[in-house]
Amino acid sequence: MTQPPATQSGKPRVVITGLGCVTALGNNVAAFSENLFAGRSGIGDMTESHLGLHFTRAAVVRGFRPEDALLASQRQLADRSAAFAIAAARQAVTQSGLIAAYPVESLAVLFGCSAGGRLSEEHEAAKLYTRNARVHPLTVPRTMANAGTSLVAMEHGITGPSLTLSTACASSTHAVGLAFQMIRSGSIRAALAGGHEAPLGFAFLRAWDSLKVVSPTACRPFASDRDGMTLGEGAAIFAIETLESAQARGAEILAEIAGFGMSSDAHHITQPDPAGPAAAMLRALDDAHATPADVGYINAHGTATDTNDRVEAEAIHRVFGERVRTLPISSTKGLHGHAIGASGAIELLATVLALREKRLPANACENGPIEVDPALNLRHILLSNEPATPQLALSNSFAFGGMNAVLALRPWSTDAE
Amino acid sequence: MNEIAQECIALIAKQKSIPPESITLQSVLVEDLGLDSLDRVSIAFDLEEKYEIEIHENQLDQIKTVQDMVSGIEQALAQKNSAAAPSSTA
Repeated sequence: MTQPPATQSGKPRVVITGLGCVTALGNNVAAFSENLFAGRSGIGDMTESHLGLHFTRAAVVRGFRPEDALLASQRQLADRSAAFAIAAARQAVTQSGLIAAYPVESLAVLFGCSAGGRLSEEHEAAKLYTRNARVHPLTVPRTMANAGTSLVAMEHGITGPSLTLSTACASSTHAVGLAFQMIRSGSIRAALAGGHEAPLGFAFLRAWDSLKVVSPTACRPFASDRDGMTLGEGAAIFAIETLESAQARGAEILAEIAGFGMSSDAHHITQPDPAGPAAAMLRALDDAHATPADVGYINAHGTATDTNDRVEAEAIHRVFGERVRTLPISSTKGLHGHAIGASGAIELLATVLALREKRLPANACENGPIEVDPALNLRHILLSNEPATPQLALSNSFAFGGMNAVLALRPWSTDAE
Repeated sequence: MNEIAQECIALIAKQKSIPPESITLQSVLVEDLGLDSLDRVSIAFDLEEKYEIEIHENQLDQIKTVQDMVSGIEQALAQKNSAAAPSSTA
C-alpha cells in the first residue's frame, strides 16, 4: 500500500484529528451529527420573552450546564461564550490526544469570536443603567473577546501563540484558516482552532431586529419565500496538525484541510459584493491546487437573507459557471442557526461530517423542504441528504464588513493510506 | 466568631472552592489561602454589596489576613453609621 505524500507542492499537508462542539444541534459531535442528518432543527422559541422583538425563535444551546463543564477556577471567569469554547476544546483535545503529543510551546490556540462576553456585558450594563448598581470587578475579564482563547490556553498549558480573530460572521473560518497557514508554514506544529459565541442578550437581539434581517418565521436559506436569518449560539473547535506528525503518532485523521482563501469586498459595511466571495472561493481552490470541477459540495454561508443568498448565488455562478447545474449545495443554518463568530466553525464541522459519512446534509429548515428560489439559478440545492463522495468540499463564510473566508476540505479515509 | 467573620470566611471558601473549616481569622490571604488579585476584588465587591460600604484600593492593599478583612469591614460600617447619625449641633 503506498504511503500518501506528506507534502503538497513542497508544503506540509494539514489534517484535522479532533472535533468538539456545543451547539443548538447537540453538545457533542455525535449528537450534532445525528440531528444534522436527521434534519432535526435546533431552532426553537426563546425561553425568555423579549419586549418589542419581531421574532421569537433562536438556535439556543440547551442542556449545557456550566457547573459541569467548567473547572472551579473557571466558573467565575467564564462568560457563556467562553464556557462553550472550553467545553468544545476539551472534546477536541480528548479525541486527538494533541496536548500530550507536542511540546506546549509548539501549540497554538486560534479562535474566532465576534461578540465577546456579550451576556455578561449586557447583564452588568442593565444593572448600571437601571439602578446605578456597581459593576462586578470580573466584568472586564468576562467580556473581553479573547477570554475563551485565554481560558483554553490556560487549561491545557498551551504556551505558543494564542489569538482571537474577530471578523463578524467569518471569525472562526478565518481562525481555522490562519491555524492551517501557520501549521503549514512551520511556525507552529499543531493548534486548537475554531470559534465560539453566546451573544443572545436582549440588546443584541434588539439591534439585529432593527437591521430587519432576522426571520419572523423560520430560517429558509435559498428559498423563494426566505425572510431572514435565525440567530444562534455555540462553539466548534478542531485539533489540527500536519499529516506527517498525525500519521507518525497514529492519530485518527478525520479530514484534510486542503486550502484557504480570503478576500475583502472593500465595498460596503453590510451589503456584500459578489466579487469578494468569488475571489475567496477561487483563492481557496488555488491554494488547494484544485479547480472548480474538483468541488463536490459547498456548505454555503446561506443566511437566508434576501441579499446574502442572492449575492452568494451570483458568486458561485461566477466561480463555477456551468458546473452549478450539478454542484450540490446546502446551507445548514436552517438547523443550527447563525451563531455569528462561531458559525463558520459549526459549518466546517458539518462539512467534515459530510465527508466522513459520505453523505451531504440537506438544506433543511424546521418547516420542512423549501421551494428553491428560481431566480438564484442554483440547480442542485440539497432538499434531502444525498449519498456522495466529494473529493473536495468548500465551507463558505462571508461577513458583514465584506470579509470573506473559504476553507477547502478533502476527505480522508484509511483507503488512502 | 461574629457574623462578619463568618461571612468573610464563607465568601473566601466559595471563591477558592475550599472548606470553610480550613480558614481561620489568622489565615494569610495570599500565602495561606492563595487569593490572587481578582479573588480579592471579587470578595471585596461581594462585601461592599452586602454591607453597603466602599472599600478603597489602598485599604484593600492593607488587608493581609482574614482578621484584617473583618476589621476593615467593621471600621467601614462604623464610619457609615456615624455619617448617617443625626447631627447634635443642629
